[in-house]
Amino acid sequence: MRFRTKVFNIDCIHHFTNVVNTINKLLKKCTLRLTPDKLYFILPDQVSNGGVSMWCELKQANFFDEYQMDGVSSEHNEIYMEIIAENIVRALKSAHNAKSMKIKLTKKQTPCLTVEIELPSINSSSRLVTHDIPVSVIPRRLWDEYQEPTMPEFHVSICMPPLKTLKNIAERMKNLSTYLTLSANQEGDMVMKVETELVTVATRFQNLELPPFKDDDIASQAPSKLWPPTEMASARVDIRKFLQFLAGQQINPFKVICNIVNQSAIHFFLIHDDISLQYFIPAASV
Amino acid sequence: MDKTNKLFFGTNMVLLTQNEEERYAFNANMNNARNLSHILKAIHFKDTATVFVTENGMKVTVEDAKCIQANAFIQAQVFQDYIIREDSITFCINLDILQECLSIFGSNPPSVTAMRMMYNGYGTPLVITLEEDGAVTGCSIKTQEPDQTLDFEFSAANVINKVIMKAECLKEAFNELDVTSEVLQITMSPDHPFFRLSTFGTLGQSHHDIPNTSDMVEFFECNQTQSNRYRLSLLKPSVKAVNLATKVCVRMDHRGFLSLQYMIKNENGQICFVEYYCCPDEELENNDNQF
Repeated sequence: MRFRTKVFNIDCIHHFTNVVNTINKLLKKCTLRLTPDKLYFILPDQVSNGGVSMWCELKQANFFDEYQMDGVSSEHNEIYMEIIAENIVRALKSAHNAKSMKIKLTKKQTPCLTVEIELPSINSSSRLVTHDIPVSVIPRRLWDEYQEPTMPEFHVSICMPPLKTLKNIAERMKNLSTYLTLSANQEGDMVMKVETELVTVATRFQNLELPPFKDDDIASQAPSKLWPPTEMASARVDIRKFLQFLAGQQINPFKVICNIVNQSAIHFFLIHDDISLQYFIPAASV
Repeated sequence: MDKTNKLFFGTNMVLLTQNEEERYAFNANMNNARNLSHILKAIHFKDTATVFVTENGMKVTVEDAKCIQANAFIQAQVFQDYIIREDSITFCINLDILQECLSIFGSNPPSVTAMRMMYNGYGTPLVITLEEDGAVTGCSIKTQEPDQTLDFEFSAANVINKVIMKAECLKEAFNELDVTSEVLQITMSPDHPFFRLSTFGTLGQSHHDIPNTSDMVEFFECNQTQSNRYRLSLLKPSVKAVNLATKVCVRMDHRGFLSLQYMIKNENGQICFVEYYCCPDEELENNDNQF
């Protein structure tokens, strides 16, 4: 197993930092999967995560100037490791005006992801900051737990309004209740609603864009085809989990698609030039 | 509940028809919800508030321990539309919830949230509709049986000492009060020390004097030396008001009851008042007691 990468461009470093910051807001411990052309940050669907799961995919070529890796074997040319997202964030804090940054997999007392940052200096001697982040390498037999989630059979798919607006609203709603019902129909309406004994608050967005799915993308028997366009599909979720997703968005996505599986889950799909992020929140039973 | 549901989810929920609007006993709208939430912040030290609505405006009252009362007055002119079809309306409402609803779109400028408030009489919820950038929020807040509010019988005729000053100078004094002191003693006198705030904490006494000649003092009329103690824990909430105010009027009546009137400007430049009444903690044996 070998992994080493180098980046000289400060914009790429900042971009990578933003992605990692976002990941850190969404979860504590994540799985980093490395393949020859992509990096993945994964939170598998496990009960211990409260049913929330995440899948984030980056093309290595968009971030790194040099990228070499050899996986566990030639037919399984991949590496899976578990890492605390906050540790990467801390390491990258030193890199905000770096000249270059190297990330490599090393063997110290434990396996580590070593981040070497070269900082600018006024004289000829170089300034080097090194962070060793302990990781635990995941053996081949457990890889199956970290497979890409399948796109759920949603009833309604809609483009979300600006996340900042949603965040403001969800923050207020959090003070009123623990659960929020998100509903939408296929005519561009979306409603966020909380209901308690004392108060009912519902925010409605209208004329939202609908994601441009091609007809052949969706099977004719798909739930979204059979769902009446004006009918609201809804899911009741924990506001904190929803806020966690909203708070983490530092990468200014180009579009955020929200797929609702009526009464069972919400799937967020974030599209950015070179990043794609999926986030699942299961519905809470009433 | 049926009606509110229709209001939220009816296809035409934003634009209520004229008929629907007319049904409400109280119906008012404001082009900037912050004008209301800002002033309510000044009295927000308890969950429950009593709201009185008359044709002149709205009064929101919050009380604690039967010793302190805060009133916020929002004149009808602060609203752009103000219709009341009864002589007066009284109800209790959860202030926390009301405030969260009013600031649902976030409370920071430059965003401006338009608001409509409707109430249909005893037992019905207060319905608030807010709109910002095309997004509409409907809130339906349950109202409660109105509480009997205290009457402090504080009348201008019995006022002995009165000082009006800029809020800045009290702001500083109030924010730096020694919190270890149980009481705040306010002395008002025609002679030295004129206006004095004293605390008696674990680290010693502290006096904060404002002379009548200070630039901060705009009006000074003290007829008799009065020195009264007030529970600091009761007066503490008025720090919220002083932080928002531009001017403060401090008055004391013959019984030692304290009235603090705060003048608060909203974003449209209109003036609203918040008034705190507080009863004295105990009578000093000698009213002329000087420290």
